[in-house]
This record gives sequence, structure tokens and C-alpha cells, in this order.
Amino acid sequence: MQTNFSYTIWIPLVLLASFLVVGLFGDKLRPRLSGLISTVVILFGAVLSYWTAFQYFLVNGKADGVYQTIVAADYEWLRFYDTLAIKMGVLLDPISIMMLVVVTTISSMVHIYSFGYMKGEKGFERFYAFLSLFSFSMIGLVIATNLFQMYIFWELVGVSSFLLIGFYYEKPSAVAASKKAFIVTRFADFGFLVGILLLSYFTKTFDFQELMQPDNAAIAEMAGLSFMGMSVLTLALVLIFMGGAGKSAMFPLHIWLPDAMEGPTPVSALIHAATMVVAGVYLVARLFGLYALHAPDALSVVAAVGAFTSLFAAVIALTQTDIKRVLAFSTMSQIGYMMLALGVSRYGGTEGLGYTASMFHLFTHAMFKGLLFLGAGAIIHAVHSNEMTDMGGLRKYLPITHVTFLIAALAISGIPPFSGFFSKDIILSAAYEHHPVYFWTGWAVAGLTAFYMFRLYFSIFWGENREYEHKPHEAPFSMSFALIFLGIMSAVVGFIPFSKYVSSDLMPYETHLHMNVAVLSVVVAVIGIVVAAVMYMKPGGAADKVVKAVPGLYKLSLHKFYIDEIYLFVTHKIIFNYISRPIAWFDRNVVDGSMNGMAWVTNKVSNKIKGLQSGQLQQYAFVMIAGMVGLALFVLYWASR
Amino acid sequence: MELSTFMIMRNELTLIAVVLVLLIAEIFSTKKSQGALLNFATLLFAIYAAIGFLPGSEGEIFGGMYRSTPLIMVMKNVLNVGVLVVLLQSQGWLRKPENENRALEFFLLTFSTLLGMDYMISSGDFLMFYLGLELATLPIAALAAYDVYRLKSTEAGIKFVLLAALSSGILLYGISLIYGTTGSLYYDEVLGNLHMNVLQIVATVFFISGVAFKISLVPFHLWTADVYEGSPTNVAAYLSVVSKGASVFVLVTLLFTVFKEMVLAWQPVIYVLAILTMTIGNLFALRQQNLQRFLAFSSIAQAGFILLGMISGTQYGMATVIYFVLVYVFSNLGAFGVVAMVKNATGKINIDDYDGFYQTNPRLSLVMMLALFSLAGIPPVAGFFGKFFLFAAAAGEGHYWLVLIAVLNTIISLYYYLLVVKAMFINRSENPIQAIKGDGLARIGLVISVLGILLIGFYSPVFDWVQAVSFGL
Repeated sequence: MQTNFSYTIWIPLVLLASFLVVGLFGDKLRPRLSGLISTVVILFGAVLSYWTAFQYFLVNGKADGVYQTIVAADYEWLRFYDTLAIKMGVLLDPISIMMLVVVTTISSMVHIYSFGYMKGEKGFERFYAFLSLFSFSMIGLVIATNLFQMYIFWELVGVSSFLLIGFYYEKPSAVAASKKAFIVTRFADFGFLVGILLLSYFTKTFDFQELMQPDNAAIAEMAGLSFMGMSVLTLALVLIFMGGAGKSAMFPLHIWLPDAMEGPTPVSALIHAATMVVAGVYLVARLFGLYALHAPDALSVVAAVGAFTSLFAAVIALTQTDIKRVLAFSTMSQIGYMMLALGVSRYGGTEGLGYTASMFHLFTHAMFKGLLFLGAGAIIHAVHSNEMTDMGGLRKYLPITHVTFLIAALAISGIPPFSGFFSKDIILSAAYEHHPVYFWTGWAVAGLTAFYMFRLYFSIFWGENREYEHKPHEAPFSMSFALIFLGIMSAVVGFIPFSKYVSSDLMPYETHLHMNVAVLSVVVAVIGIVVAAVMYMKPGGAADKVVKAVPGLYKLSLHKFYIDEIYLFVTHKIIFNYISRPIAWFDRNVVDGSMNGMAWVTNKVSNKIKGLQSGQLQQYAFVMIAGMVGLALFVLYWASR
Repeated sequence: MELSTFMIMRNELTLIAVVLVLLIAEIFSTKKSQGALLNFATLLFAIYAAIGFLPGSEGEIFGGMYRSTPLIMVMKNVLNVGVLVVLLQSQGWLRKPENENRALEFFLLTFSTLLGMDYMISSGDFLMFYLGLELATLPIAALAAYDVYRLKSTEAGIKFVLLAALSSGILLYGISLIYGTTGSLYYDEVLGNLHMNVLQIVATVFFISGVAFKISLVPFHLWTADVYEGSPTNVAAYLSVVSKGASVFVLVTLLFTVFKEMVLAWQPVIYVLAILTMTIGNLFALRQQNLQRFLAFSSIAQAGFILLGMISGTQYGMATVIYFVLVYVFSNLGAFGVVAMVKNATGKINIDDYDGFYQTNPRLSLVMMLALFSLAGIPPVAGFFGKFFLFAAAAGEGHYWLVLIAVLNTIISLYYYLLVVKAMFINRSENPIQAIKGDGLARIGLVISVLGILLIGFYSPVFDWVQAVSFGL
């Protein structure tokens, strides 16, 4: 019997209502009441999501052993060709339900945690209003029934994260960061939009289910049409991936993510660890049937970009000293993993191992990376600094944070039996079956990850015992609760038999632990941890010597390979000097200059008429006439061709 | 001719009646009753605008010089709504002491220009068109110079009238060439006699240039920034929305009907104008500090986007143009409404002055943010759909490069719209603009704008309604 899932429409709707209520009347309510409203609403959303997941996965989501794609609601919203309409709805399938669970879980924890973290901040209620808006947009994105709905919520997610990152408006760096994040991702979205237009132009639909139909003639036609050596379908999918790469901070569109760390830390946990940044992965997974069956070339791009980013970001993370930035680069690296897993996957059965691996890692990563960020928040809350160099010996002061952070660090390093081990293992197995280069890249990244995570861990909780001006104190209950909850999740979610629930063709299958892969990856992780322990556990460890031994490499990594500087060079030196300057000069000297002259002239009332005639009106008239003559000549030339 | 045939001209006749009633009312008004008179005038206009939505009769009168169709009625209604919002927003400014004796002038001048625009849109021959255009243009100079005690305002008026005279000379030259080569001024007769010969191509270019002045398309835009900056804010709002909208309407209908045979001549012109207008408007908007000047350049850039719908030459394209203008009316009036309210209360007009605006005026800054998001085309507000449909119309006819340039331009524009949003929400200021309590009518004006921005995007029958009355080449 099919359950009626139409109640799922309430998950986004209650969040929207919460945003409206808190956003419009927040200043009339007491701040904590606003926070409470938002929190209760998101918890309600989480309960509904868990119920949906239970109903779908365990009760009756399957028919004949295959998971069904259920459209729980679909409203026509705007029709703009006879054949093409925009709809808004709720699409339920294994990955959208998994994302619902992830988003509402992490968002609930962030809501609870922020009660302690943001206590007494100005604009407490505004913060909660934005959190509700963000959660609403993110949920609208994951349950989208069509590309267009996804795009709209995709942009809304961008807007709300812009508002959240810029929350500390008194910090100029936060302001710059929020702008950077918005503009870089927006630039990437341009690719996304063009990709959508291309797809819909040929297929006359936005609908995911119609797009995925195996016998879609328009898709076959697109795959056959060639444009600059690629099929049009590949081109469209690469462009769509560009949008995903921007949101998911893939190289070279990653430059916004480290700077976005200027926002409040709970926001980083929500947006930059668990939800928004994985939207790109989700997007590719959502269209995976198209990628895998019709455009394997586009998947190769995904795999290459993912593998490169994971290595590149891991190397940068080695040397950063701001703990949130280490986590930011680590996030990039782990998302690179997910992209890599998608890129090496193929469609159907065990061929689709990478697909399952990617979604599995997305799930476990959300838990442990959310925990790491919240833990980092608790540490920053305690010592009032982001710099690793200001910390040390904190294990005595922050026992709960210490233990939960350790669990998360073990999980991300892939040490069994914590969750990251399981998901990383199947990613590496999938990579191994595809191409050894990808496997060894992933393997190296695993070692680097273990190293930089434990460098972070040892520098914060071990190392030098410092005298702190204010004795650091453990976080309040609301914060510890979130830490403990996510700590438990990070420890146990690895045992979920994911391939039974999520697969590329919706058919459950069995996976087994790959012993060779598991041993190799655990060995390299342990090596990484041991090296980190030697270098950072004791005060005055071997760290400085290493830095001295390879100063060039160290500097290159510390400066994030100078990517930001390259962008700055291009934008400042080239665009500013050769485009903006001349225009600014023209505007200042010709337009403004004549304007000022004009004002001066009009001040001399006696010379008014004379002034007007010798002022720049003549120049205006000249431009008009010249423009008109130019146009006429151009058209005459054009028409006579 | 029966009396009932005059009902075809119902819209204009009612407006003339409104003007006459107000003229008489002013004679009997005293200083004390000025406020009541303004309320009465606004109410009268609101009734007139409401009448416009009643079903009207189609047809031609005066031997085809004047015509009315469902499309024309839709266009006039859009303009009426725009004027109504402008009037609501202007009340605070008109009731200031320095304006107290001549507040009604503003109404009368505005109504005269609106009357001109209505005749222009309804014209069935070039003579009627030209008369309407002049009636719509000349009072604007008086409006721009309305703040007689401010030199900048006077300067704006004079600049406008001189350049408008030039543009109308160009236009007349174009019309005379059309008359010379076709022997008629009636659209229907001209249509049959245009054959792409050299003189006719030149005439088409001149005609478009003349109208382009009113829409402020680059390179016929140079007056825009100075005049918008110098005029009173509410007049600038009127210029940027209603006056521009009317000219867009008339250009799109004439290009799609009279100049149908000249499509190979006007398409490249529009193509070039679109690229120039979007790009140059945007690049200049980037570095403006004065918000009125900023909105002037932003409205130039917006006009460039409108041309994308025109160039397609399809029914869908015309619908997107009208739809975009409708959305633009609400978006731009939302932005101008806030700027005018702030300027009238504090005299502040620079973007820097808006630092920390959200702290003191959260609701006004939300209105401004929505309006700017709509202008920038961020989903899901109406502006996004407006732009998206325009792009789809152009892309549907294969103008991919143009769409590409347009999309790049929207990204540039996003930057400067965000600068203002950033100033309001994120920048901090020692002395932000104090909390402003606008008058009730102005607030109604803003609420209408916000509803428009939010609802037009979400409520799809609007587009269907526009599309049903549109037509293609």
C-alpha cells in the first residue's frame, strides 16, 4: 500500500512561516522568544523528516524491491510556453529524503547551539529569522521536482547565506567575505542558468522525472548534436556542474569559502559544512542518470575537478593557523572526495558504488564536520581567538568539547569504527575500480587529512599549557547538548547499511568492506596521526624543524597557492586599469567635469543663457547626432551586405 | 458620428474631465484647503484609474487617427497604475511649505503628460503620434524645473527642453522622410509602401533615434543622469517609469506593425542599441554615489534589457516587453519611493548616507532591498521573471550572443545593487538616518509597489493576460 506523503509539504511551509513571523515581528518579541519559535519549528521539521524517512525506507517506499520516486505535491506556478511550465513541488526519493534528514538535523542542532553561542549578540532575533530562511531555502532546494525550482531555491540559499555570513556587519572582513561569497557563487550560477536553458530548450521540460526517462528522445538528440567537439548535452551538464562547483567550492571557484569563515561559527557549521556547500554534490547526484548514461565525458570532468580539489585543499589545510580556515579547507577537500566518488561512478548495481559512496560520505561528513565546526565554536567561545597559536592544553578546561572533537577528528581521519571510515572506504574502493590514479590521490588525501586534523587537535588540546587571561570555561548546556548529540551521530552513523537505501538505479544492493583498501587507508591515517603527534603533542615538538627544512613549500601552502592573489591581479590590475579606469576617467572628467562646470555656470545667473549654450549641451547633442548618423550608416551597410 | 463612438476614447475624455474639474476646483481653493484639494485630486485619479480596468470598446475614430484595442488598454492601465503610485508617493513632498501654493500644478502637469502618452499609444497615424509625443514631453520640462528655488532643478528643466527639442526634430525628420516616400501618414497606408529603400532605412533609424531619446537608450541617454539628478525625486521617478514605459510601449507596437516590412533595418539597430545601453548604463552605474544618479543609470541599463524582448519580433517577445515594464514600474517605484521619502525627510541622497539604515528603518530598508533585488533580477521576486522571459524571448529566436552579453550585464548590475543593500544592512554608521515616519499615502504607495514586486512573479495569470493581447510580426 502506498502511503500518502503529501504532508511533507509542511516541512518547508512551517519554516517559511517561522521566517515571516520572526523576521517581521522579531523586534516586537523578546529575542529569546524569537529564537524559541524558530527552534521549535525546525525541530518539528526534523520530526516530520524522520517520520518521512522511516515511512519511506522501512515501511513502504519500495515496490517490487525498487525504491519509488514519489511526487508528493506539484503545483503549476508559471506557464510560459504552451509546452513549458514552472512547477513547485515535493519530490521524494532516497537522496532527497536523506538530505531532508541531514538538513533538519544539523539545522536543529545549530538552532539549539546558537542559544548559547549567540547569547547577548545584537540582532539575536534577526539571526534566527535568517536561519529559518536558510533552512526553508535549503529544503526547497532538496525537494525540488524540477530544475527550475531547484534554481530558484539555489539562489535563495545564496541570498540567505549572504545575509548570514554578513551578520557581523561591524567586521569589515565579514562584509567583504559575504560579498565575495555571493558574487563568486553567482558567477558560477550563470553557468548553471545557461545549462538549464540549454537543457530545457531541447527537452521542453524542467521536470527531473521526465528528464531522466530512459527513452527521452530529446536527450538522445542532444547527446548526438556536437558543439566545439562536445555533445550539446555534455556541454549543458558541464555548465550545470559549474554552478554546483561554485556552491560546493570546487577549484577554481573555491576562493569564497575560506573568507566566508568570517560569519558566526554556527552558521559555518550549517552552511559551510553540512548543507549549502554540498548542494553542488546533490545537484550532480540529482541529474546522475543524465551524466552517467549520456555524458560520461562530463562525469570525467567531475571526477578530475573533485580529485584535484581534494588534494589541493588538503595541502593548504596543512599550514593554516586559523582553526576555522583549517576546517574550511578540510570541507573543500572532503567535498572533493564526494565529487570524485560521483565522477568515478557508473549507472546501476555495483557499478554505481561511487554514487552510494558519495551520498554516504555526504551524510557522515555532515555529522562530523558539523560537529567539528560547533566544537571550534565552543573553543573560540572559550578563548576568544581563532588562532591555533593562542591555544594549547585546553583538554583540562573543556572536557566535553575535547572528547567530541576527538571523535569527529577520528571520524574524518577514517579510523574505524567511526563513521568516516565506512564512507571513505567505499569511496576509495569505487575509485580503485575506476582508475588507480584516483585511488592513490584519495589515499594520499586520507593521510594528509589525518595529519592536519590531528595537528589541529594536538595544538588545541595538548601542546603548551598556557596561562589564559580569562580561565576558559566549558560551553553552556545548549552548546554541549548539540556537541554530544552530533558526537554520538558521528560515532554510529557509519553502521547504516547505506547501499540498501541509496543507489544509482534505486535498487538496493550489498556492499562489503574492501579489506585491502581498508587496511591501506587506515595505515596511512595512522601514520598521519602519529606524525602529527610527534610534531605537535609536546611543546617544542618537531614542527619548527620541518618548516625550516622546506620553507618554500610551506610558504606556498600557507598562502593558499596564491590563488587569491592571482584573482586580485586579474581583477585589479587588468580589469581596473584597462576597463574601469578609462571609464571612470571619462565619467569624472567629461561627465562630472562638465556637470560641475555647468553648476558653476548656472550660479552666475547673469551668464545663464550664454553659459547654457557654451556648456555641454552641445556635446550631448553632438553625441546624439553622431550616434544617429553612425547607426544609419551601420544599418545601410548591414542591409546592403 | 454617434455619441457612443466617443466611448472608444473614454480613457482620454475622463482624464480631460479630471483636469478640468481640478482647474476649476483650484480657482475656488484657499490656502487652507490645499491639503484637502490634494486628497481630492488623488482620489479622482484613483477613480479614473479604476475605470480604466472596466471593459472598454475597441475601434477607430477620426478616420483611423485614433484607435483602441485590448492591447492598448492594457498598456494604458499599466501607465495609470504607475502614475497612481507616483502620486501617492509625492504627497509628502507636495505638502511641504515651499510647495503649498502650487502643489496642484504638479497634478495638472502630470495628467497632461499622461494624456499625451495615451494619445501617442492610441495613435493611428504619425501626426497624432507626434502631437501626443509633444504633449507628453513639454510639461515634463516644467516638472523637472518644479523646484524653482533650486538651480539644479532649473538646469534640469532647461537641459531637458533643449535636448527634447533636438530629438523631436530628428523624429520629425524621420516622419517627413516616411511621408515623402510613402505619400501618407496613416499607419495602414504607410505599412503597404515601405520597401527597405535607402531613404526609408534612414527614416526608420531617425524615427527610432527620436523615440530612443525618450527611453534614454545609449547614445541618446546623456540627458538622463543630469535631469534625474536635478529634478525633484518624485519627478525623476515619474520620468524613469511612466514616461519611459509609455515610449517603450509605443516603440514596440510601431516596430511590430508599421515598420513590419523594415524588420531587417530595425533589428540591427535595436541589437546595437541593446548592447550599448546595457553595458554603458551598467558601467556608469557602478561608480555613482548619488542615489538619484545611480537610479538614473540603472534605469538606462534596464531599458537595454527591454530591447531583448523587442528584437525577437514574436508575440511572446511583445508580451515579455509589456510584462517587464509592468514589473519594472513596481520595482523602480519601490526604490524611488524610499529614496524620495528619505530625501524629503532628511535631504540625504548619497549611498553612504544609507549606512546602517536597517538599524533605524527596518521596514523601509526591506522595501528597498526587495526593489533592488527585483531590479537586479534575483529570484523569486518578479524582476527575475521579467528578465528571464526577456532572455528566453531573445534566445528563442537564436540571439545567443545578445543573451550572453545580457546575462553578463546582469552580473555586473548585481554588484552595484548589492552595494546599496550592503550599505543598508551591513555597513555601520555613527549617525544613521533617523527613523522616518512617512505619511500614510506614501506608505500605501510603497505597499502597492511591494505587493507588485512579490505578487506579479508568483501569480501567473498576469503573464497569460498580457500574452493574450500581444501579437508578433
